Amino acid sequence: MKSILCATITLMLAASAQARLNVVATTPDLASIASAVGGKEIQLTTLARPNEDPHFVEAKPSFIVKLNKADVLVHGGAELEGGWLSPLLAGARNAKIVSAAKGDVRCCEGVPMLDVPTELDRSKGDIHAAGNPHYMVDPENAKIVAHHMADAFSASDEANREYYQANAKNLMATLDAKLKEWQTTLAPFKGQQLVSYHNSWLYFANRFGLKTELFVEPKPGIPPSPSHLAELMAKMKSRGVKVIIVDPYLNRKSAETVARGTGGTVVDVAQFPGAIKGTDGDYIALMDHLVKTIADALKGQGAAIAK
Amino acid sequence: MTVGITSPAQESSQVGQLQKQLQEMQKNFERMQQLQREQIEGLQKQLETLQTATASNTAAVVASAPGVAQPAPSWRPTDPVRAGKGAAYMDVGLVATVAAGGSTAQDVEELQIGGHDPNQRGFTVQGVEANFTGGVDPYFRGNANILFGLDAEGESYVELEEAWAETVSLPANLQVRGGQFLTDFGRVNTQHPHQWGFVDAPLVNARFLGADGLRNPGARVSWLAPTPFYSELFLAVQNSQGETAAGFRSEGGHSHGGEEEEEVPFGFRHADNDRGVRGADDLLFTPRWASSFELTDNQTVLAGVSAAFGPNSSGGGGDTRTEIYGADLTWKWKAPNAERGFPFVAWQSEVMLRKYDLGEFDWSGEPPDGLLVLESDGVTPAVLGRETVNDWGFYSQLLWGFKPGWVAGLRFDYVGGDRANYESAGLIAQDADGNQEALGRDPLRDSRWRLSPNLTWYPSEFSKIRLQYNYDERNDLGDDHSVWLQFEFLLGAHAAHKF
Repeated sequence: MKSILCATITLMLAASAQARLNVVATTPDLASIASAVGGKEIQLTTLARPNEDPHFVEAKPSFIVKLNKADVLVHGGAELEGGWLSPLLAGARNAKIVSAAKGDVRCCEGVPMLDVPTELDRSKGDIHAAGNPHYMVDPENAKIVAHHMADAFSASDEANREYYQANAKNLMATLDAKLKEWQTTLAPFKGQQLVSYHNSWLYFANRFGLKTELFVEPKPGIPPSPSHLAELMAKMKSRGVKVIIVDPYLNRKSAETVARGTGGTVVDVAQFPGAIKGTDGDYIALMDHLVKTIADALKGQGAAIAK
Repeated sequence: MTVGITSPAQESSQVGQLQKQLQEMQKNFERMQQLQREQIEGLQKQLETLQTATASNTAAVVASAPGVAQPAPSWRPTDPVRAGKGAAYMDVGLVATVAAGGSTAQDVEELQIGGHDPNQRGFTVQGVEANFTGGVDPYFRGNANILFGLDAEGESYVELEEAWAETVSLPANLQVRGGQFLTDFGRVNTQHPHQWGFVDAPLVNARFLGADGLRNPGARVSWLAPTPFYSELFLAVQNSQGETAAGFRSEGGHSHGGEEEEEVPFGFRHADNDRGVRGADDLLFTPRWASSFELTDNQTVLAGVSAAFGPNSSGGGGDTRTEIYGADLTWKWKAPNAERGFPFVAWQSEVMLRKYDLGEFDWSGEPPDGLLVLESDGVTPAVLGRETVNDWGFYSQLLWGFKPGWVAGLRFDYVGGDRANYESAGLIAQDADGNQEALGRDPLRDSRWRLSPNLTWYPSEFSKIRLQYNYDERNDLGDDHSVWLQFEFLLGAHAAHKF
């Protein structure tokens, strides 16, 4: 018992010796931006793992401890973490990160939300009242988020204001440059369609002039029925759509069935850095990968249509 | 019945008209869509221009303009329902649980001892629960659960399950909750029925903590220990009287809607013991310690020990007490890239021990409810001496979410206790009409076990259908088979899942 107590005290002292800002991010994409903005001045903890569905993260009690010690909480908002975050926050009893506190960074604020329902009716599936929360795959939105973080980190750690703002500015400049590059890569495919499993790629498609109008699931959060898959395959054939993109936590088998029935290809995509090899903790590497993979797949689709 | 009486000619002209109307509507719709799309694109362009301007501005401008490109949201996403004209915020949700089924038992209400268990052949409304939750102000968070029900006789009733406020942030990692709340004892007691993996309450919970769980007005302090792993200490102080403090100073069991109070073990004979609270001794104290570890990235364990101490209403002396001890263990595995949270395996078990002081009771006084207990001679009113009886029990359940939306479950329940002096003395009970019956093992303390396999399908996050079979074995009463089909739906705010 004594040794546990000693260890605890040592750990507490160690924690207090590090004056770095303690930042907790709910998802790895937000963590990647936080890391770019916070650099060496923050100590970063990510709750969800890269290949975990952000809507269904297990509310592990250890998260309460992490949130209890946080100076800043970076979360997507717009009901992205609605299924698990609030009881953890209640248990964390941390005034720094409660709703609207200085350390509460609701990243969706100021993001032009898409798919905002005009009517709340769950017969349409598990819709989100505040709009589609998967906005981070649009680099323009990542810039808004970086801006939020720079402000929030500065507010909680005035001494390093210049540092955070400079980092954010650098990141935004890099994103601007990369965005031009990505847009050039995807420009030849303007107007082309992608089939997505869940409606989590709307922002990406919008930014790069692609379309995601067809989904493997019939309604958000509702598993596909055979009749829906048949209908989807018919639509894909009539429109010449060949590319089906699937997140790691969704049912690849249904997507494969559709691919077999239509001669299409399943492309593994991910919203979170680290879910694809070599993109660990790096939002820009992930976007590079996504743009390249989707462009490659669409080349095949274009060839198929040309035939 | 005039519907459908039209000539073929009329029909074809109607079809033509309808087609025309449909075409017009489609055209209108497309035109509107086009218009909206143009508007959206226009707005997006404006926004992009603004954002680019912001991003390319100097650092000083960025720093001093936190509001650029971020119009203040008029609506916060965590507030699904705004009540009171925007002056008061709360999330409102409603969960309705109904069941249908039957049992080979003649006494289904005695077999199904949980307050919200399906307990009659045919249909049971297990409960319609309204939940209200939200931030009170910057200092408190509030929550209320109000349950509407229909008892077996068809009478409506309302229960105040919970209504409490808790602090948002206190120094030293403390938190205080006050109001009416479910006592933190083990796992199942703090959960509402729709959070359970089975259609009915575990036997050990229903028998020791009460048909409807242990809950009463009071206050709770909890402390999050500054350990690197999760470790929390709770201490609740609550009233010890009333029907939701079964096993303590309750007059009887839990009753719904003013119906006859349910039976308590006859050994728990209580004098009229409504003495109120004379001192701290007359309150119910419930300490609990819970701790959690992650075995791997995908496996989490939560372990806890709980105890409840308070007076009971047995005997006339007013100095008898009940002690309940419990330990619980939960282990959960979830696949690393789970789809909608599936597949998973969750194992949960609770074990409890209850020590109950029985006060001395002399049946030569005024017999309660006309019931008289006589010595083995069948003539002399019995004098029951003071003794402490021990009861114990446990349940262990395994839930396996084998594919998205599907969960298979298996639970084993056991409750039992030692044979008390009052059960061995060969006593005879005599009712108001003079009918005599020999008393032996108390059926409400006698041992029984139950095995419950079930299968649950969640069509979505907001509905579920569950089929459960119960094999019951009650000592001296024999075995029974029951089958229950449960349906549940949820409207409004969906409370987040706790571990």
